[in-house]
Amino acid sequence: MAKIKKKIKTIRVDADKCNGCRACEIICSAFHAEPKYSSVNPARSRIQVITHRLRDIWVPVFAGEYAEAECLGRNKYVIEEKEYDECTFCRASCPSRNLFKEPDSGLPLKCDMCEDEPPQEEPLCVQACLNDVLIYEEREEDVEEEVRPEDLETGLKLLVDKYGPQKLTDTLIRIAQKG
Amino acid sequence: MRYAETGFNLEIDLSSGNIEKIETDPKLTELHLGGLGTSVKIHWDRVPPEVKAFDPENLLIFSSALLVGTPAYSCNRTIVSCVSPQTDLLCYPMMGGFWSAELKYAGYDKVILRNKSPKPVYIWINNDKVEIRDAAHLKGKGAVETQELIREELNEPKAQVAAIGLAGENRCFTASIEQSRSSASRGGAGAVMGDKGVKAIAVRGTKDVYLARGAEFMEHMKEVKAYIKFRNENPLKDVMTILAGIGSPQEMLHTDEKWHVESFAWGNARERRKNFWTKEIEESWIRSQLSAVKRLISCFNCPQQCGALINFGDTQRYMMKCFSKLTYGMAAYVDNLDFSWKICQRAFEYGVDSFSTPQILAFAVELYEAGILTDKDFAGCPSDKEGRFFWLLDRLVRREGIGDILADGTYWAARKIGKGAEKYDHNTIKKHEQMNIKLGMMDPLYYLMFSTNEKISITQIEGNWPQVPFATKEAREDFVKDWPQLPDEKFKQYLLNWEPRGEYANPYYPTPEIASEIVDWMEALHNIDDALGFCAGMASFCLKPPYHLHNYPKLVSAATGMDLDENGLRKIAGRSRNLHRAFNNRRGMTRADEKPPEDHWKHRFPEIEENLLTTYYKFKGWSYDGIPTKEKLQELDLGYVAEDLEKRGILKDGQN
Repeated sequence: MAKIKKKIKTIRVDADKCNGCRACEIICSAFHAEPKYSSVNPARSRIQVITHRLRDIWVPVFAGEYAEAECLGRNKYVIEEKEYDECTFCRASCPSRNLFKEPDSGLPLKCDMCEDEPPQEEPLCVQACLNDVLIYEEREEDVEEEVRPEDLETGLKLLVDKYGPQKLTDTLIRIAQKG
Repeated sequence: MRYAETGFNLEIDLSSGNIEKIETDPKLTELHLGGLGTSVKIHWDRVPPEVKAFDPENLLIFSSALLVGTPAYSCNRTIVSCVSPQTDLLCYPMMGGFWSAELKYAGYDKVILRNKSPKPVYIWINNDKVEIRDAAHLKGKGAVETQELIREELNEPKAQVAAIGLAGENRCFTASIEQSRSSASRGGAGAVMGDKGVKAIAVRGTKDVYLARGAEFMEHMKEVKAYIKFRNENPLKDVMTILAGIGSPQEMLHTDEKWHVESFAWGNARERRKNFWTKEIEESWIRSQLSAVKRLISCFNCPQQCGALINFGDTQRYMMKCFSKLTYGMAAYVDNLDFSWKICQRAFEYGVDSFSTPQILAFAVELYEAGILTDKDFAGCPSDKEGRFFWLLDRLVRREGIGDILADGTYWAARKIGKGAEKYDHNTIKKHEQMNIKLGMMDPLYYLMFSTNEKISITQIEGNWPQVPFATKEAREDFVKDWPQLPDEKFKQYLLNWEPRGEYANPYYPTPEIASEIVDWMEALHNIDDALGFCAGMASFCLKPPYHLHNYPKLVSAATGMDLDENGLRKIAGRSRNLHRAFNNRRGMTRADEKPPEDHWKHRFPEIEENLLTTYYKFKGWSYDGIPTKEKLQELDLGYVAEDLEKRGILKDGQN
C-alpha cells in the first residue's frame, strides 16, 4: 500500500490545571447537537471529566474506539499516592461501563476533533477551557494508506451485532414504510 | 418545546410520599424568568402569612434557574427558598457547585417539598425515576461525608448531592445545605430541610436542555469569553487585590489578607486590629495556606478558581468556600491560620453558615466574659481560644446545654438569656447576623442596602459600584473611562464627583436621589442573576463584570426565544423584587424593621438617614411604610398583589 501524509491531531491534557468545571463537556455536547448548538447535555459529550473531588482526581478523558467486549482484565492505577478507579484512563466505549454512550440509544460516542466545514480553529473543548488544561497540537506523519468504514457503516454494523441482520432489516423497512 | 428551562417542576409531598412531575405555565417565565423569580411567585401563591418556618405548609424549594445548564459560563446557582426560622421572612440562600445543572439535565427546573416525612429520608432523582429512600443510616453523618456515602450507595459517581449535617437535623437556625464545594447557608434553610426529615437530595440527569437560537447564543458568549480573559489578564488598578479581579473573591488563590483582617472587625464583630498584618503573620499565613490548599477548583462551567480542595494535616479532606477561611479565626481571635482549616472542616460537616455561626460563638464568649453566661453554662469547656470555639460549635449543632439557646442565633439567644444579653446582639438586621464590619462614617449607599434589601445579607446586594471613592481625580477618571456595564452615562459623573472627604463625600454624597438610582441598579442586577442562575461573582457582585444589563437581554432572548430588551429585563427584576417585598410585608415587615445595626457606623446622621429611606421608598414606588403602592404593583402586572394587601389592611387608602 502507498504511503500517505496523515495529520495527527493531539489534545495534550494538563490534568493538574483542571479546576473541574466541565465547560469542555458542555460545549462538546452543544457543538455536536443537531442542529448545532440547539441543545446541551454533558452526558452526550465525547469528553468526560472523571472526577473524585476529595481524592483530588479530575481527569478529562476523550471518547475513543467502540469496543464490543470488555477487556479480559481491568487496570487500576496508583500515581503519586492517588488511586484511580478501574479503567479511568481508558477511552473506549465498552460494555463494562456507562461512559461515552448516547444516553437514549446507547450507541457509542467518539471524539472527532470537531471536524467541520469550514474547519474549526481548534476543537471546541480546547476553545472553551480557559485554564489551559487542553492544548491542541498538530503534526504530520507518513503512514500506510488504509480503507476505513464510514460512520454510517460503523453504526449499522453495531446494530447488526446487537440485534442481528434480520431484525435490523425488518425495522428499517418498517420505518421507511411509515415515512 | 420549552427552551432554556425544562418546563417541569417536581412536587413532592413528604408526608404521603406522593411525587408528581408538573408542567409549568410558560407565561410565568415571561413574567418572572426563573430561579428566585418564579420561586417567589410560588411562595406568594401557596404560603399564606400564618405559616411559620417549621409548619408542614412551609414550602422548601430547590430551584435551578433560567440559563443554568446552557453554555453560559458561571451560570450554576441553586436557589433554595423557604420561610426562615430566624427572620420569619422569605429567605433564599444560594449555592454554586454542580447540583443545579444536574437537575436541569434530569428534566426539572425546581424541586418543591411540602409537609414532613415521618422518618429520615433522602430523595434520589435519576431522570424520570424519582424515589424517596430511607436515610436512617445517614442520621448524624456529616454533610460532606453524606454526599460521598450516597454516591457510593447509589453506585453513581456522577450524582450531585445536596445534604445537611447535624445542624440541619437539629434545626439550628444557621444550618446550611452543603453541596460539592458550595453551600446554601444564609437564613436557616438547612433547618427547614431537617425539619422536613430530608437528609439529602441526590440528582443525576442525562437529558437535553434546549436553546432556541443556539448559534446566536454562542456568538454572544464569544464576547463574554473574550471579556473574561481580558479581565483575568488585567486586574483593576487602585482597588484592593481581592476586588481587582472577577469571580467570588479569590480567597484560595490570594494570600494577601491585610485588607480583610485589618478592616473587618474581630470577635463578635467588635474590634479592628489595625496593625495585625505583620511580616511574621504574613509569612506564617502564606505557609499555612500553601500547605493546606491541594488544588484550586471551581463550580460548574466556571473558569474561575474561587474554591479549593483542602488537605491539612490529619484533617479529613473537604472543599473550602471563600470567606470561611477568615470568619472563624477572626471571631475566635486566633492568630494562627492553621485553626481555620481545622474548624472549617468540622463546621462544613455539621453544615452551618460561616457568617452567622462564628459570630454566635464569639457572642457566647463575650457573654461569658461579661458574667452573663456562667461557669455552669460553660462546664467542660476548654479555656484556650481554639478549644473553646470547637467546644461551643459541638454544643450548638447538638443543641446541648447552652448550645440549644445559641442554636437560634444571636437575636433569639440574647432574648432567651436576658440579663442584658440583648446589648450583645448588636450586629443583626431583621434578626440575621451580618458581615463583621464596623466603620466610621455613615455611607448612604450601604445604609440603603443594609436597611432595605430582601436578601438581608450585604454581600449579596452590593457589587458593581466601588465600595469607597477613589482617592484622586486621576484614578476616578481612569476608572470611568472603560465602564460599559453602567446603565446610563450619567453614572460616570456621579463617580467623578464622589470624593473621600468634604461635601461630596459620605454622609452627604451620593445624595439620596443619586444613592437611590445606584442602589436600585445594583439590586436589580442581583435579582436578575438570581433568576437566571449566574454567580454574583461574575456579574452583580464584582466591579466591571462580564455579565451586565446590556448583554443579559441578548443571552436570554437567544436562549429562550423570548424577545427581551433592557427595559423588559429591568421590569421583570422589579416585579420579582416587589412581589418578594409584598410577601414579607404580608408577614409584618415594615419601615420600622428597615435599619442597619445601630453601631455599624460610629458617626450616624438620623436626619439624613430618614431622608435617604423616604427618598428611596418614593423612588421605588413604595409607601412611607415601605409597602409597594397599588399604582406600582399594577404597573408591574401585580394587581392581584395589591388586592391582597388591601384586603389585609396592609395597603391603606391614600397610599397609592
